[in-house]
Amino acid sequence: MASKLTTSNRAGWGFALPGFGLIALFIVIPFFFAFYLSLTNQRLISPNPTEFVGLSNYENLLSIGVLTLEPERDDAGTIIRDDDGLPEYPRVRSFTRNNPDFPQYAGMQEWFRWQSGDTAKVVVATDVVFWKSLWNTVKFVLVVAPVQAGLALCLALLINQRLRGINVYRAIYFMPVVVSIVVVSLLWRFLYSPDSGLLNNMLQGLTFGIFEPRDWLGNPDTALGSIMAMSIWQAVGFHMVIWLAGLQTISPMLYEAASIEGASKWQTFRYVTWPGLRNTAVLVLIVITMQAFALFAQIDVMTNGGPLDSTTTLVFQTVERGYGKQDISGGATISVILFLLVLTISLIQRFLTRER
Amino acid sequence: MATISADNHGLRLAVRYVVLTLIAVIFIFPLLFMVMSSLKPSDQLLRDTASLRAFLPVGDIGFDNYTDAFSRAPVGLFVFNSVLVTGVTVLLSLFLCSLAAFSFAFLKWKGRDLLLGIIIATLIVPFETIAIPLLLLVSKLPWIGLEGLQFGWLNTYRVQIIPWIADGLTVFLFVQYFKDLPRELIEAARVEGASWWQIYRRVVMPLAGPVLATAAILKFLVMYNQYLWPLIVVQQESYRPVMVGLQYFFQLDTAWGEIMAYLTIITVPVLAFYLVMQRAFISSIASTGVKG
Repeated sequence: MASKLTTSNRAGWGFALPGFGLIALFIVIPFFFAFYLSLTNQRLISPNPTEFVGLSNYENLLSIGVLTLEPERDDAGTIIRDDDGLPEYPRVRSFTRNNPDFPQYAGMQEWFRWQSGDTAKVVVATDVVFWKSLWNTVKFVLVVAPVQAGLALCLALLINQRLRGINVYRAIYFMPVVVSIVVVSLLWRFLYSPDSGLLNNMLQGLTFGIFEPRDWLGNPDTALGSIMAMSIWQAVGFHMVIWLAGLQTISPMLYEAASIEGASKWQTFRYVTWPGLRNTAVLVLIVITMQAFALFAQIDVMTNGGPLDSTTTLVFQTVERGYGKQDISGGATISVILFLLVLTISLIQRFLTRER
Repeated sequence: MATISADNHGLRLAVRYVVLTLIAVIFIFPLLFMVMSSLKPSDQLLRDTASLRAFLPVGDIGFDNYTDAFSRAPVGLFVFNSVLVTGVTVLLSLFLCSLAAFSFAFLKWKGRDLLLGIIIATLIVPFETIAIPLLLLVSKLPWIGLEGLQFGWLNTYRVQIIPWIADGLTVFLFVQYFKDLPRELIEAARVEGASWWQIYRRVVMPLAGPVLATAAILKFLVMYNQYLWPLIVVQQESYRPVMVGLQYFFQLDTAWGEIMAYLTIITVPVLAFYLVMQRAFISSIASTGVKG
């Protein structure tokens, strides 16, 4: 009886169709479209018809190799060394340009190298900028996800106490979340600026002038780290609120029991609070990871990927190629790789935090 | 003995407040600096960064930066565009997503579970991974307007609105909320002969206040803060929203006063709205966590 009352194919489809249709057209279709486009040479506007090119977009992005360079030796067989005593090596170009003996390295460029004994190992790739963007994105995720989740948990524990006016503090900690990341990025560009930047001035004041002012965003060693710090500052309140919601689902009875048993603060956290937060932890990590992989606006506003590609990211490359150079297929290929990365990491996180 | 422990308690309380306040300073100082700097001439602004004056409304205070910002860029137009796009998208989103969720939560029909499954699956697709194929798609989509049939949605309001109306999270939030409503209510109305539309309109939606607030706030934040999408689909100034309009000020490393004025104009109304509606904002973020 009851089930008959609520069965209606016509009304059911009719009500769901507008919403579902929009999701299908603007999310599901573009999602599959990305896979298709990555197998073509599609451009945004082009006089030539689009061709199917198989996996060559992926080959161009992913081809990578390790070249072993033997040091140059003179006729007697001793290693030629430069003024600093370092061995001299043949140029990488002699392997990657017009060298029929090494067709696998043709067209590649050096990404980085390291020394092993007297030989040098050089990592070469066809698309070095892609590899740099992949590595920067991974670094960003590996630092931001645990640090942001951990700090957010500390803030949530701090806010989750009975104190007069605690809601005011909660509101303040959350405030940067409602400010656009674009605004935050432009504001922090000023805080980080080399000469009259607030950060340099504050650090100098705090260390009584010992601190040397630096160009935070202009130096390849500090640029990505500066963007990480700002991103954590902006979004940590968001995850604090999610942790807080998790904390409030833990029954006060458990805390009472722990205090009757004489548990220390750490023991209470370890055996009562943390087990009660397991589901929240999975969610926080997955959300942060997805947000971190999507890193774009900060880069676009603050550094444009530089200096020396030290802050370029996968999404930044997607946009620069797909929109900037109108190379839709190139952008789509990076999108697909990005999606597979996000999916893999989410699945791994789910597996590691599964119910045992 | 008793007095010592009371002192001790007072001291610990004081330490807690000091810690809480120091952390609060970290979150507030850039925003405070933004607002204060917007009131100062650029040369004074730069000098003030060397001291705590950076955070105080002192010296030559005025609204010159604001008038300069308005004359440099069509600030009013950018604000209008953002308000229009955000407002229309939020309203349409609340309507169509709640309607779909109503169908998923209360009705039985063929294909329901499959469609809901697809919608849930879209939650793990970040927008950034579909932006480029979507750009190609909207550049070819047809539209029937006053001038008849046209192709291509670039440089319009609709390209900023229509793709953002429906999304998995909003539908999901409504479905979760509706599933907790008593089903007897629906069945009783059905027995009395109410149509599905009447039940949606007169029975369910009047009870949906909290979830409407949550969905509206989340959508508002996403839409008002849009950057990547309008950046690639809108080149014409007349359709640009506030965040893309910021690019006018990117190259002006000398006119920081104007930049701060523009940042304040586009940020402070949102901050004020947040401070008034603080509980609703925070509980809307929290609800995405508990249910997810």
